[in-house]
Amino acid sequence: MAAEIIIAENLTKRFGTFTAVDNINFEVSKGEIFGFLGANGAGKTTAMRMLCGLLKPTSGRGAVAGFDISRESERVKANIGYMSQKFSLYEDLKVWENIRFFGGIYGLKPDEILSRSERLLNVLSMQEYAGSLVASLPLGWKQKLAFSLAIIHEPAVVFLDEPTGGVDPITRREFWELIYDASDRGITVFVTTHYMDEAEYCNRVSIMVDGRIDALDTPENLKARFGAQSMNEVFTMLARKAKRAD
Amino acid sequence: MYPVEVVGLNKSYGKVRALNGLNFSVNPGEIFGIIGPDGSGKSTLFRILTTLLLPDSGVALVDGFDTIKDYKKIRNRIGYMPGRFSLYKDLTVEENLKLFATVFNSDIKQNYYLIEPIYKQLEPFSGRRAGNLSGGMKQKLALSCALIHKPSVLFLDEPTTGVDPVSRKEFWEILSTLSKEGITIVVSTPYMDEASLCTRVALMLKGRILKSDTPADIVKSYTRELYSVKSKNISGLLKDLKRVPEVKSVFAFGEHLHLSLDPGTITLDKINEIIIKQGYRDVYINKIFPTIEDTYMLFSEEDFKNGR
Repeated sequence: MAAEIIIAENLTKRFGTFTAVDNINFEVSKGEIFGFLGANGAGKTTAMRMLCGLLKPTSGRGAVAGFDISRESERVKANIGYMSQKFSLYEDLKVWENIRFFGGIYGLKPDEILSRSERLLNVLSMQEYAGSLVASLPLGWKQKLAFSLAIIHEPAVVFLDEPTGGVDPITRREFWELIYDASDRGITVFVTTHYMDEAEYCNRVSIMVDGRIDALDTPENLKARFGAQSMNEVFTMLARKAKRAD
Repeated sequence: MYPVEVVGLNKSYGKVRALNGLNFSVNPGEIFGIIGPDGSGKSTLFRILTTLLLPDSGVALVDGFDTIKDYKKIRNRIGYMPGRFSLYKDLTVEENLKLFATVFNSDIKQNYYLIEPIYKQLEPFSGRRAGNLSGGMKQKLALSCALIHKPSVLFLDEPTTGVDPVSRKEFWEILSTLSKEGITIVVSTPYMDEASLCTRVALMLKGRILKSDTPADIVKSYTRELYSVKSKNISGLLKDLKRVPEVKSVFAFGEHLHLSLDPGTITLDKINEIIIKQGYRDVYINKIFPTIEDTYMLFSEEDFKNGR
């Protein structure tokens, strides 16, 4: 498999006369933490849905884990993990039931589910809570559990859509430690966030403005290029140029 | 008289204590921030203050009126923007605004000056159904509808959650303008950096107020010494510093680490020595003033240690 785990080439999506994603190009390599930033309405969600194989591009090409996102979308789905702030776990199921369910739909065998669930509960220090309903857990725990389940099948890529929204500041940082561990194991992490301190934790960051990618580099290089002290300043400079009404 | 006064407020949902003995008051014309993560009780508090939910015990007054006995009077004078979009999706932008004005025995013209800076951006879409607006425009319409009767107190429950940093900044500029018009604003947010834009704040965790004060005085209650540390390998350094017994806490803060020590337990030279011994080069350590986020994390650590 090529070192580039995600490839977008002139990737475009139009809805009627509206160009939501306008000819974007980038590559993400194995184990990289790639921050996908942009203002509300810039086209991030549409781009992400295409890369997850959920939406067909109007033109251009994309590949994830070596599979074409238009022609092999089912194989893309089998090789990725996904979590968002809104959808993560089944609240009315217990912790172990969620583990068994996600392990099952990601195609793990029963003995694999058992061994991985032990490791997972151990890492999260949640052994005592295996029998608790997910609804009863604090939000931060839910999000850490959801992330661990999104990668329980050791996918090539995990897509995270604002995974830390509303999470308390300590748990938000513990969440990022889990992201680093996944990246160290070779899992590519594709993440959107509105917390600009989290943009600094990414290996590279892209910033979308009006459907296009206006900047893509390491946080260090972006700050140097824009003469900014922080990613917040870089983001503000670029997003202020947006013409789309939102 | 306080625009908002809360004394010993409690609310439980079954076994979950959503609000646990809250006490605070809001001064006229203030922007009062309720700061805390999801699940800390912010929305429950807003629902009680806007008379939509009854507390189990305690008193909540808005403009001197009791939220239980005088709920009708309170409903006439406040504006409320709930966290979830709750306008009429099948009505147009203009119809929604007209409806809210009429319900409060007013019309769009009377207080138009108040919403003009916000509504101006929506006017090109005044015939569009509210359900078909983008997220940012929905938020502006909801704020316009909450303001059209010129409320004395405006309650905004997480107006900036999920909103990008630039739009968030614009939203806070609008709040500052409204505050100058004499409207008292009570606003909740999970973003710690927004605390500094409030006159005073209450930091909430698990149904309790950890601290309530001006942002400047809140950071003064940070009792440790705080340093920012920068190095090339920040994630490695984070792990290694956590193993130093004298280090009370170390957290990532953007491209820096924030490291806290109890005064007098270890010198900076000694910390430096430990770091260099472990092979780190180009390490920069500076003493810094804590942010609200540092302070919030210290309070929540102490809270955890106290077994709450």
